Amino acid sequence: MSQPVRPEDKIENGERRAFLAAGAAVAGTAIAPGVLLYGMAQAKPADQPVSAKVRWGMLIDTTKCATGCTECVTACNTENSLSGKTGPQDSQWIRKVELKNLQTGARHSLPMLCQHCEHPPCVDVCPTGASFRRADGIVLVDRHICIGCRYCMMACPYKARSLVHENLTDQNPEVPRGKGCVESCTFCVQKVDRGENTTACVEACNAAGHKAMLFGDLNDPESEIAKTVKTYASTEVRADLNLNTGVRYQGI
Amino acid sequence: MARLDLASKLGSWLRFAALIGAAAVLAAPSFQAAAGVDKPKLERGKGERCVEDTDFMRRNHMQLLKHHRDETMHRGIRTTKHSLKGCVECHASEKTGSVAATKEDFCMACHTYASVKLDCWDCHATKPMAKKPAKTEAAAEAKTSPLMANTQNGGAKP
Repeated sequence: MSQPVRPEDKIENGERRAFLAAGAAVAGTAIAPGVLLYGMAQAKPADQPVSAKVRWGMLIDTTKCATGCTECVTACNTENSLSGKTGPQDSQWIRKVELKNLQTGARHSLPMLCQHCEHPPCVDVCPTGASFRRADGIVLVDRHICIGCRYCMMACPYKARSLVHENLTDQNPEVPRGKGCVESCTFCVQKVDRGENTTACVEACNAAGHKAMLFGDLNDPESEIAKTVKTYASTEVRADLNLNTGVRYQGI
Repeated sequence: MARLDLASKLGSWLRFAALIGAAAVLAAPSFQAAAGVDKPKLERGKGERCVEDTDFMRRNHMQLLKHHRDETMHRGIRTTKHSLKGCVECHASEKTGSVAATKEDFCMACHTYASVKLDCWDCHATKPMAKKPAKTEAAAEAKTSPLMANTQNGGAKP
């Protein structure tokens, strides 16, 4: 490449190939920093804070979700040491919902959980700042600050939150929960921070062979969830509220 | 003059004696307290030494824990040095397996002595994490499977 070469020469003497290879190398270096950043975000060192470069999200394919199957609910209860009861005073972080379109008769079965909104109404209304959205898009309750007023439960359009009414024992050391605080799905934040990049419900759904749930980083163009969301139509529940939910559904 | 001198000397001696007496009376209850309540006996934790000096930890463990809790909760920083989980792992009692099950357990021993109520254990586990069984095949398979790769026709009903 020391002497200037005319384009026709390149083609004739096979240097075009070399030129393309050089171009590819340049593109590679251009991509490399992005790839590196992505790698860091995925396997976050324990002493680094979470980054807004990541947006955790979930995609649920209601056409694959089996009616009557509650694997995801059971797995969530086990992971987060929930009782599994479904009374009005029991915590439910994820529920199975069966829908029927009365006009067409079409039936849908889907899990409903905290939608991890970009603009969460629960955070808007929280009087103490206990309800907050982490930089990586996970909406959480800081139980140290929560006073149990339940305003967030009323504000949530998805009925995703529960109040703990009774004293608890035998909590999972990674999932502290206690009386007088509001709680909801955490996207298995303990697993996510460990770098597992999955949740208990998604693991259970895959293990049961349905593969109706997909968890990942919506901001990473290489992730399975981002590719699927880009390729196929998916919707938010109550998209009219403009909350930009992290959980999206296919087939409803 | 001599009489006056004697009287004034006697007076000052009496005052001194009264002072000593009063001091003894005032000091008595604290002597009693020191004799009556034993200092807490703490079980030695696992491992060589604590993450900080013992004196420092006695005075500042609450600040460390509070700082760490906010860092973990809001920013996802999960270092283990000052985490409550780390404390529990080292200091859980050999007898009860817990840091707060009985009044002799590590946290409760001091907190009972100092009459400081603890809210930590309303939510946090007082026992270390049970050792997890090796990863099941199903979990391993779930990790490697091409999730949703075969989604077709936009996820619409077939």
